[in-house]
Amino acid sequence: MTYLKKSPWLLHYDASSCNGCDIEVLAALTPLYDIERFGIINTGNPKHADIFLVTGGVNAQNKQVLINTYEQIPEPKVVIAIGICATSGGIYRECYNILGGIDKVIPVDVYVPGCAARPESIIDGVVTALGILEQKRLAMKTKTETKMVRAGDAQ
Amino acid sequence: MIPEYLVPVIWAVLYLILAPIAGGLIAGIDRKVTARMQGRVGPPLLQSFYDVAKLFEKENLVVTASQNFFVLSYLVFMAVAGALFFSGGDMLLVIFAFTLSHIFLVLGAYASYSPYSHIGAERELLQIIAYEPMIILTAVGMYMVTRSFFVSAIVTSDIPVILYLPGVFIGYLIVLTIKLRKSPFDLSTSHHAHQELVKGVTTDFGGPNLGKIEVAHWYEYVFLLGVVWLFFAWNPIIAVAAIIIAYFLEILIDNTIARVKWQLMIRSAWIIAGTLGLVNLGVLYYLRMVGIP
Repeated sequence: MTYLKKSPWLLHYDASSCNGCDIEVLAALTPLYDIERFGIINTGNPKHADIFLVTGGVNAQNKQVLINTYEQIPEPKVVIAIGICATSGGIYRECYNILGGIDKVIPVDVYVPGCAARPESIIDGVVTALGILEQKRLAMKTKTETKMVRAGDAQ
Repeated sequence: MIPEYLVPVIWAVLYLILAPIAGGLIAGIDRKVTARMQGRVGPPLLQSFYDVAKLFEKENLVVTASQNFFVLSYLVFMAVAGALFFSGGDMLLVIFAFTLSHIFLVLGAYASYSPYSHIGAERELLQIIAYEPMIILTAVGMYMVTRSFFVSAIVTSDIPVILYLPGVFIGYLIVLTIKLRKSPFDLSTSHHAHQELVKGVTTDFGGPNLGKIEVAHWYEYVFLLGVVWLFFAWNPIIAVAAIIIAYFLEILIDNTIARVKWQLMIRSAWIIAGTLGLVNLGVLYYLRMVGIP
């Protein structure tokens, strides 16, 4: 069953963003839009999260933090890069301290460009991510099933 | 007809099967009512079931393998405590199993290395310290009124227990706030999307383990509301009404009062237990001594 789509829990991390995109992300999470209607919960804990929202172009200092946080999220998980900085580095691309996009550090599933990304496009990105989440779950399932078949073959 | 010796077994089995369903529905109603109190629409009624089903679809990520054992023990002992209660067992044994299950949760949180998990575990212990005296007083009070520690005897007695134990009942409602993880006493972990201490005692549990904790919590809901029933057991209609009003009050308190520090939690829980609970039992004892039934 596709329960993942009915209760996606979010984790939001600011990887050296100017806070513009963060404000838009938080705007989409306020009680005004009441995202709990769709079972979405904004969690502060990577171990409870399904969807990882990242803003900013990542610098050398928070690279490791980003990797650690990503690795603590249990599979299946999706990463959404929000804003043009997270997508490609944006206007900071050539900066000496900016790595230039989240995908230089962790695998990204959905890109939401914009400066700042509009709440509507962020919500659209999350909806796209739900579809990918479901695909990943099915892929995970087949992987374990193949493993079991192989174990049976060996006997 | 069902033979009499099978009745407790049937009650226990019914509890083990139906309590998660009832508990999940209570959690769903709780979230809906909470959302309405905050001027929101709220999640679907079955959202808690979706959440747990999703958690069981996820990868089981643990820091140490012993976490699996502790979480499973938490769930099993919580179910055992409730099953003992609903099969009409000894209240003291029920409380013992109930406390033991929470100790397993604390051990599970201590088994990881996260400081947030450790602080959550410490706060969970403080909560146990805060509510335990009042829970024991509840059992003792029921013994003083009905002359039995057995739930089967308390529930079939036609004495209106609540009229003898109003103080103990108010004290029990106060510790119910701690037990249901409601603000002002949701120190170790909270149902809301607050991010204090990351997620307290459940910080290092993800996927199926978190799902088991949720299911244990559903068992706990039904057991705790079952104790409310005992106060009103002589009249089932009043008992159901009392459970609904008590739970509504808990949601109202949850949404109107800010979280307190642990010192104030222990102080208020113990002062309530010490005054309302003990004075109630003292008066009852005195009345017995002078011969008033």
